[in-house]
Amino acid sequence: MSKAIKKPEQPKIYKVKQIIQEAQGFKTFRFQGKMELEAGQFIMFWIPGLDMKPFSVSSSDGEYFEITAMKIGDFTQAMFNLKVGDQVGIQGPYGRGFQISEKNNIVIMGGGCGIAPINLLVERAQAKNKNITFIGGCRNQAVFLKREKIAKLIKNCYFTTDDGSFGEKGFTTEILEKLIKKGQKIDQILACGPEIMLYKCAKIAVKNNIACQVSLERMMKCAIGICGQCVLDGSGIRVCKDGPVLSAEKALTSPEFGSYKRDERGRIVKA
Amino acid sequence: MSKQKIDSRVNFLGVEFPNPIVLSSGILGMTATSMEKVITSGAGGVTTKSTNISGRDGNPCPKVITYEAGMLNCYGLTNAGFLNEKNEIKELKQRRPENPVIISIFGFSLEEFEQIAKKLDQTQADLVEVNISCPNVKEETPKPFACLTGMPRQVVKLVKKNTKKPIIVKLSPNVTDIVAIAKEVEDAGADAISAINTLGPGMVINIEAKRPVLSVGSGGISGPAIRPLAVRMIYDVYQAVKIPLVGIGGVTTGRDALEMIMAGAELVGVGSGVYYQGIDIFAKINQEIRKWMQKNQVKSIAELVGAAHR
Ligand SMILES: Cc1cc2nc3c(=O)[nH]c(=O)nc-3n(C[C@H](O)[C@H](O)[C@H](O)COP(=O)(O)OP(=O)(O)OC[C@H]3O[C@@H](n4cnc5c(N)ncnc54)[C@H](O)[C@@H]3O)c2cc1C
Ligand SMILES: Cc1cc2nc3c(=O)[nH]c(=O)nc-3n(C[C@H](O)[C@H](O)[C@H](O)COP(=O)(O)O)c2cc1C
Ligand code: FES
Repeated sequence: MSKAIKKPEQPKIYKVKQIIQEAQGFKTFRFQGKMELEAGQFIMFWIPGLDMKPFSVSSSDGEYFEITAMKIGDFTQAMFNLKVGDQVGIQGPYGRGFQISEKNNIVIMGGGCGIAPINLLVERAQAKNKNITFIGGCRNQAVFLKREKIAKLIKNCYFTTDDGSFGEKGFTTEILEKLIKKGQKIDQILACGPEIMLYKCAKIAVKNNIACQVSLERMMKCAIGICGQCVLDGSGIRVCKDGPVLSAEKALTSPEFGSYKRDERGRIVKA
Repeated sequence: MSKQKIDSRVNFLGVEFPNPIVLSSGILGMTATSMEKVITSGAGGVTTKSTNISGRDGNPCPKVITYEAGMLNCYGLTNAGFLNEKNEIKELKQRRPENPVIISIFGFSLEEFEQIAKKLDQTQADLVEVNISCPNVKEETPKPFACLTGMPRQVVKLVKKNTKKPIIVKLSPNVTDIVAIAKEVEDAGADAISAINTLGPGMVINIEAKRPVLSVGSGGISGPAIRPLAVRMIYDVYQAVKIPLVGIGGVTTGRDALEMIMAGAELVGVGSGVYYQGIDIFAKINQEIRKWMQKNQVKSIAELVGAAHR
């Protein structure tokens, strides 16, 4: 009969090595250490005495790794108050990340703070010599994360903003549809961003028979698949364990995808 | 040996469970879909996450930490409140009418227990589990009711008076004499007993951070480490009371479940095991039990209940 004991998991303590001011409202925290993971997997970020919350890894080169956070509430505010040398705990990585296709032509889509893990995905896809098209979208130029870096790295870049302050005015999914209409060869779409973008993306991909993976965010507490906090309605998928990256088909089996989420208590709130 | 027919059904307080393995409270029990998934993964029945009337936020994270032999949690009874729970159960019952649902309830005072007890008959739950043993809400109750003499009796009487549904009382291992409490709740009218809730609380310190990992310092211990304690407690309680038992604590394999059944449990609860064996643990345990029964020519679970006493 099966063996029960598992290796225990504890947050690993790191000193903040460097803090980089990114686009407006974003900071990147750099740590020294080897973080082996797939792009799209996440870690739990522990500020001792306060809380522990899920974040993606935005860069990892074997010697250093980075986490890029957007300030939206108490915890991210506390992250923004961190100084170089402060100690934090990092546990993970957890979940399943993006599985980059064996085929060549990949469209990578990032929106808002979803561009954080997309940055690592771009690093990984480039290392595999993929032919990458990047479509990034944000509210406006000031909050556009990593746009200069990505523009430098990738030849085929499309940028959109809601107000037209940078790139085209409009949405990333409109660009995606244009590319498909134009007949661009796309073997796979990989996306992370606001859920409405992911939902549209998944729909477009399924309609056009293109392989697609999307990275979802749900309230997470245990990150090890036991508490049920992150379970999707319909499918019963645990986003912390079976996700956060899901195939478009899998994501679409849940009626809550693109439409609602649950808060900490389990009450339904609009996505 | 010819294949014999094996009956893994359990009739518990008049409610038929397709097999003896039930999901314990607090694990994957927040929503109808989550519990449905557990049933699809092989559980005979499910217990909802403990609910009070108004709902609760619970503690900050880390709320779970694993160690070599088990895990600690300090969830602190997070829940969405009774109304939400009622709806989730309704939804689940529509989808899975054949699998019993146990609604787990708690209160921080006798008044709160009474309030929620009065509403229980509005739900489609088959059974009620009265959680008087959560060790993770120190602010509200320095000691769970299960650890205060006289309180278990009062809670049981109050809940019994206000619902027609059979009630299972969930006991704490954190007492000097669990048998005395078991007798007290039986005497007060409890229909069944489940045991054990988490042990402790215990503590894990992160030596680099030089502080406890769990947000509130300590948390209830579950998982393989507590199994021998849980088995012994079920064994002792079985000898002392006549009402049926749900054995909970550290079960991760069919062997463990059989141990619990032989100690005297009719149903076996599985919680932390989901971490150790994945969500398929329910099907795996059932398969292992059936295989064992086949090999040992046992036809029904009922034959095995309390076997270790004979
Ligand atoms: C897999 C995953 C990867 C993520 N990666 C990043 C990232 O790279 N960069 C980044 O800035 N943010 C990321 N987030 C979101 C990040 O966890 C939240 O922004 C953060 O928890 C907000 O906390 P707060 O106290 O500042 O805000 P709050 O005011 O507490 O919350 C604001 C919103 O953040 C979300 N949130 C809060 N707590 C949690 C939680 N425990 N789990 C999930 N979501 C929560 C909710 O949608 C909430 O409405 C990720 C989330 C997930 C699930
Ligand atoms: C994360 C977690 C949350 C729990 N929440 C509850 C709860 O809300 N109500 C309750 O009665 N027991 C709760 N428990 C206790 C379990 O139901 C069970 O009694 C205990 O964990 C021992 O069983 P196990 O070793 O199979 O996990 C919780 C346990 C864990 C691990
Ligand atoms: S966060 Fe607990 S199950 Fe996913």
